Amino acid sequence: MNTTTQPLRAEAPLAEPVALYPSPLKEFWQAFSRNKGAVGGLLFMLLVVFCALFAPWVAPHNPSEQYRDFLLTPPMWLEGGQAQFILGTDELGRDLLSRLIHGSRLSLLIGLSSVLLSLLPGILLGLVAGFFPRLLGPSIMRLMDIMLALPSLLLAVAIVAILGPGLNNTVFAIAIVHLPAYVRLTRAAVMGELNRDYVTAARLAGAGLPRLMFVTVLPNCMAPLIVQATMSFSSAILDAAALGFLGLGVQPPTPEWGTMLASARDYIERAWWVVSLPGLTILLSVLAINLMGDGLRDALDPKLKNAV
Amino acid sequence: MNAVLTARDLTRHYEISRGLFKGHATVRALNGVSFELDAGKTLAVVGESGCGKSTLARALTLIEEPTSGSLQIAGQEIAGAGKAERKQLRRDVQMVFQSPYASLNPRQKIGDQLAEPLAINTSLSRSERRERVQAMMQQVGLRPEHYQRYPHMFSGGQRQRIAIARAMMLNPKIVVADEPTSALDVSIQAQVLNLFMDLQEQFNTAYVFISHNLSVVQHVADQILVMYLGRPVEMGDAERIYSRPLHPYTQALLSATPTIHPDPAKPKIKIQGELPNPLDPPTGCAFHKRCPYATERCAVEVPELRLLDARQVACHHAEVINP
Repeated sequence: MNTTTQPLRAEAPLAEPVALYPSPLKEFWQAFSRNKGAVGGLLFMLLVVFCALFAPWVAPHNPSEQYRDFLLTPPMWLEGGQAQFILGTDELGRDLLSRLIHGSRLSLLIGLSSVLLSLLPGILLGLVAGFFPRLLGPSIMRLMDIMLALPSLLLAVAIVAILGPGLNNTVFAIAIVHLPAYVRLTRAAVMGELNRDYVTAARLAGAGLPRLMFVTVLPNCMAPLIVQATMSFSSAILDAAALGFLGLGVQPPTPEWGTMLASARDYIERAWWVVSLPGLTILLSVLAINLMGDGLRDALDPKLKNAV
Repeated sequence: MNAVLTARDLTRHYEISRGLFKGHATVRALNGVSFELDAGKTLAVVGESGCGKSTLARALTLIEEPTSGSLQIAGQEIAGAGKAERKQLRRDVQMVFQSPYASLNPRQKIGDQLAEPLAINTSLSRSERRERVQAMMQQVGLRPEHYQRYPHMFSGGQRQRIAIARAMMLNPKIVVADEPTSALDVSIQAQVLNLFMDLQEQFNTAYVFISHNLSVVQHVADQILVMYLGRPVEMGDAERIYSRPLHPYTQALLSATPTIHPDPAKPKIKIQGELPNPLDPPTGCAFHKRCPYATERCAVEVPELRLLDARQVACHHAEVINP
């Protein structure tokens, strides 16, 4: 019985103009916040970012100060733990919590900047390769194939060796190593989309090349790119650790999650926390970013949004 | 003479590679098509799959350059037109695609998609564009709140209305519709066809209506162009062709249209075989291998279009077949 009156009522407010729709930002937030995991990831990342920004005030100790009387102190809830060192100390008696908090600065910086540095040029090159399949496309792709043929760490080492060690060059090297994946993903997605009728329709409407690339085609190629970007965030941190371990990346005593993980592995049998806690931090951050990436991908896909 | 679209001897050949050592082959997808279309009229292009209908559509909408021949839009020649002229001409020809599911950008709101042609080609402000879009949406039977929705929220028929609205946004002189109703179910087909005709009345647009559905064509067409393997076989006034088809291929096509009460006096003409391979077209008349009236002459001599009974037919034996 109700079903017959329902449509009438639904059509009543139609006379009103369309001004009642939420702003794009609000609409995006509505779609994003529906995904609980994504919100959890976002909260965790906000916490990490907060720690990174205010590290000197948040951290209980100086990350480089060595408390010689408290080498390899376990976390406070274990036997022999000290309330002073909540997560324990490392092999040199430095407070682990403070090092993790300070380390988030560099690790986030390395992760984010290397992802951005490979994502943006990767998308651009992929779009160009997809839109010019005759000459420019194959030459770009062969270049990427050459880069893929080299073992990734070896390539990064070679790049750092040429440019010289240091944080900037490490980020740059990692970005270059991750570049081919983005180019290939973008090109594949672009080539799939280019044959669709809506691209032809945009051409008929007179859309120029930049508009076709960035307004028409690119938004339809974003899903795999977002996933790839969130995944390579973690491998960027680990690659940076590997470079640091080889003496080519971040140099001790600067705290950095990957370096902490690599330098403490000798103590894994005696003091598990020295290795496990940085590892756990990386794990949680990567998980949070992946969850955020999933939420982002879903929120940007109109098919998964509820009808307005 | 106010022909808005004139095609003369339009051809489109594709070079295709047959493998590393075999060299190239030429597909003559479009082989000498000529017609004139007046403003406010509809030309229907009919033929079975692979006869070059869609290639014609791509040539007419300037997506692809014709290999040879001349194409004039509103009296202006396409070949040799400069970049700016071409841009202007492109505005005048818009297209409605076969599948309403693939022809709308899934990530763009309907309002934005409809406003895109205006944003690119006019200097209207945002609010003026919005007004124009709203007016057009109303004309094609969409409600104002559809403005903010995404394509996946619509049914096939509604999507095709959106696609039509987008094609009409710039008030084009010509709209090429490539099988616009074949993806829709029958009840929706009629609505969409009526919409096409209403818009034509209002804007005096010329349509090139590509279809394989002859009952749809009968509903909309003023003129019919029947194609076979890239060549026109019969062209002329729609009523004449429907009431008395002269070319054996047209006769077979028309007799293949399903009817509820078939006339037992008119036996169905069945044509044998399939469309020949366009890489290796038959000599002479392209239809002679399937034609019930074919003679030796048909296998040797290519029939030219000639005037017969107030239409053009490309058949050597048209008079003999139709006494």
